[in-house]
Amino acid sequence: MSTLKKVLETKKEGLLNIYCTAGYPQLNDLPTIVNALHDAGVDMVEIGIPYSDPIADGETIQQSNAVALKNGITIDLIFEQLKQCNKNIPKIVMTYFNPVFKYGLEHFCEQCQKVGVDGIIIPDLPLELYQSSYEKMFQKYGLSPIFLITPQTSRERLKFIDELSSTFIYAVSSSSTTGKSTGINEGSTYLSGLKNLGLQHPVLVGFNISTSEDLALVNEHAQGGIIGSAFIKHLRENTSPQEACHTFVKKITSC
Amino acid sequence: MKYDVDEQGFYGDFGGAFIPEMLHPNIQELKSSYRKILNDDAFKKELSSLLKDYVGRPTPLYFAKRLSEHYGANIYLKREDLCHTGAHKINNTLGQVLLAQRLNKSRIIAETGAGQHGVATATACALKGLECIVYMGAKDIERQAPNVSRMKMLGAEVRPVHSGSKTLKDATNEAIRDWINNQDDTHYIIGSVVGPDPYPDLVTQLQAIISEEIKNQMDGLPTHVVACVGGGSNAIGAFYHFLEDETVDLIGVEAGGLGVKTDKSAATLALGSRGVLHASMSYLMQTSDGQVIEPHSISAGLDYPGIGPLHAHLHDCKRVLYSNVTDQEALDAANRLMQLEGIIPALESSHALAYLEKMTFNSTDKIVINLSGRGDKDMSTYINAAT
Ligand SMILES: Cc1ncc(COP(=O)(O)O)c(C=O)c1O
Repeated sequence: MSTLKKVLETKKEGLLNIYCTAGYPQLNDLPTIVNALHDAGVDMVEIGIPYSDPIADGETIQQSNAVALKNGITIDLIFEQLKQCNKNIPKIVMTYFNPVFKYGLEHFCEQCQKVGVDGIIIPDLPLELYQSSYEKMFQKYGLSPIFLITPQTSRERLKFIDELSSTFIYAVSSSSTTGKSTGINEGSTYLSGLKNLGLQHPVLVGFNISTSEDLALVNEHAQGGIIGSAFIKHLRENTSPQEACHTFVKKITSC
Repeated sequence: MKYDVDEQGFYGDFGGAFIPEMLHPNIQELKSSYRKILNDDAFKKELSSLLKDYVGRPTPLYFAKRLSEHYGANIYLKREDLCHTGAHKINNTLGQVLLAQRLNKSRIIAETGAGQHGVATATACALKGLECIVYMGAKDIERQAPNVSRMKMLGAEVRPVHSGSKTLKDATNEAIRDWINNQDDTHYIIGSVVGPDPYPDLVTQLQAIISEEIKNQMDGLPTHVVACVGGGSNAIGAFYHFLEDETVDLIGVEAGGLGVKTDKSAATLALGSRGVLHASMSYLMQTSDGQVIEPHSISAGLDYPGIGPLHAHLHDCKRVLYSNVTDQEALDAANRLMQLEGIIPALESSHALAYLEKMTFNSTDKIVINLSGRGDKDMSTYINAAT
């Protein structure tokens, strides 16, 4: 069983998933950040593989992607860095379809398995294409696909997504790009309805969580939260990534 | 039609809708309604009356006598440069604004490179009283200044884009992000035959009027139709009704920049490989790691690292020949047209004209060059090149 499945089985609420961009702020910071997040008690990490044209991302993550690419990050280097990360924290990679397609999907999946990646988020991979072309391949390499749902996702699609999922479902707090500063309250009627969607899989909420209040609200209605832009901003404002991991986790879990 | 899009939104291996879930409702709404709306009698009537009285269609098919003598063949220019706003782009934006009204969208967004699509969108929005926001790369804002002023005068808001290469690709990313963040009231008018299904087909259908008219205006079939290719909308417009006439040679001309052997080029089919850019599978210029390469062309409208999926398909099945010419060859061709015919072409269209230098002719050949736009916006580039 993957470390991700184990964590989801033992912990049913208050799951904390933190996103970082590989190659950011410095080229080789990934192992330091992942290991520090693990030490700070984070339940899983989402590792962004930078892409030149991240259309679902707001300014903060766009910028971290651009800096990482400028630093010289490559997919092969990320796989090398992942080998230096603690084995016990579940790892999910997040990227766009093109880098994975160009790298070669099967080769990519194989590398993921080798370095202990449990899940993958490709927001622009169409569900139908996943099902017809890639589901068997992902399964072969023990890689769980994680799909997004939004307040606008139809019942029918929710059911389809639930069926294609094997770990958790990523609910987007409001239909937007990442890192909108409006906060999460806006979507709270959606949040309170999450439990009634009839989904088999646990739901983690992401996009636009930036304060401990946001996270507490999310935890009331879902199994956990995913934080990206707020953490990237915190990294940007601190000189030591290791320290930044600890101070951030402390701050975001403070209520 | 043999080359039409299939039910899944693909042309052979190319196309599709590689979109994040956030855009699914918008794309679904468009996909389920656009064909019906385009074929609706009231829509067709309103659009064709605007195309006639407002745009000035049909645009002339002009026999270029001195250019013909120069090359020793019969050369015709399809005068899209005479359209209102100065390029073929208005064919698409008027159609899409009428479509947006029928979808009850009050806010229009667009991306632009040369500014021609931005001006055409701002124009159609002014005509119909819709809010209009145009994303434009900071670099393009500099090199296409007259069009920026035109958009503003027409009441549009021009939002500069500072990410990436600060050109068309990045403006397109930003427009897509805007759409993700403003779904309910917004329609995105994409400016070429790119983007997620159903955009490539939607824009193709709206530009196909170019080849429909050429067919009516010509005595018999041409031997060749030549057009420049950025995303590919004027080219597909000029090719569409000839696709099944296999005797007609169709030639798409990409921007070679400083040359395809340098790292300053935008010739996607010469330099690209398969991949997804702006939500459709096609060819694109990319690194071995799948990062999109920043292109270069003297012409902002061709400065794009991708190409529409239908062109990728037509390239693979060899129905259309894709070639490229350099910045300098395009400039030379522009000067030739100015001096032989008294027409100042857009830099984009000059790429199609430059291809004449690479052809060998029979004196009976009938060659149609799609003159996609006029050169007003490019005056500073032409003046700088001349000094
Ligand atoms: C005059 C003109 N021709 C051609 C193009 C290229 O676009 P497409 O390849 O979609 O026709 C542009 C784009 O701005 C243009 O302004």
